[in-house]
Amino acid sequence: MEVAFYIAAAVAIISTILMLTGLNVVHALLYLIVSLLAIAVVFYAIGAPFVAALEVIIYAGAIMVLFVFVVMMLNLGEHAISMEKAWLTPGIWIGPTILAGLLLVEVAYLVARGGGAHMGAGIVAPKQVGIVLFGPYVIGVELASMLLLAGLVGAYHLGVRTTPRSEVRNARDTHTRWAAPRRDPVLPGTDRPARTP
Amino acid sequence: MFMLMSLEVMLNAAGLAFVLAGARWQQADGQIAFLFILAMAAAEVSIGLALVLQLYHHFNSLDADVLSGMKG
Repeated sequence: MEVAFYIAAAVAIISTILMLTGLNVVHALLYLIVSLLAIAVVFYAIGAPFVAALEVIIYAGAIMVLFVFVVMMLNLGEHAISMEKAWLTPGIWIGPTILAGLLLVEVAYLVARGGGAHMGAGIVAPKQVGIVLFGPYVIGVELASMLLLAGLVGAYHLGVRTTPRSEVRNARDTHTRWAAPRRDPVLPGTDRPARTP
Repeated sequence: MFMLMSLEVMLNAAGLAFVLAGARWQQADGQIAFLFILAMAAAEVSIGLALVLQLYHHFNSLDADVLSGMKG
């Protein structure tokens, strides 16, 4: 069991170092996702399965998808497809795939080995966590809900302002490109507009 | 963008320390602290990514050094 913990910790450290030293944002995000999965395996190995599941679901599932979504959205343009092809060449996948495969083998070993997947003292069960969370720490849950509401309102306030501006710009572009020739089209062969009587 | 990702790494390190201490002494409080860190990271990353989008819309750049001037 200690072997699993040390392998997962080594994978986490290596992928985090590769994330910090990388120059490309998408490659760094891949390594960051592998790092979070490795930390989840560490949690599972030390006997905290509930937090390991939350780490995979929320961190690697939700927050990282948000990061990838924003990174892909910031590169909208004509050259975006070719840039994505250049980013995701097959050679790039090798590093994160090896590390994630190592983690997969390790998780398969831990699951196949049986329920007592912990090193050291023992498992802190999800039931125990829930009892303590909604017992003495219920005020913390309320404060976390307030914080999440503030984050939601703040993100909406920061994100909604660009929409009218881009709409105005798009409307201006459309106007200059299409509306001006249509306003007074010139008849072919003559110099006068079509609508003049 | 790398600032936000490094912030995630630092929050994970703090959470890992909490969970390890909770596993060492068989208390659930470490995992509770990690849950709060998780909620805080989710709120923070939504605000941070909204700011990154605003930065890109206004300056067409992701460089934080562009934001070196103040209005007024």
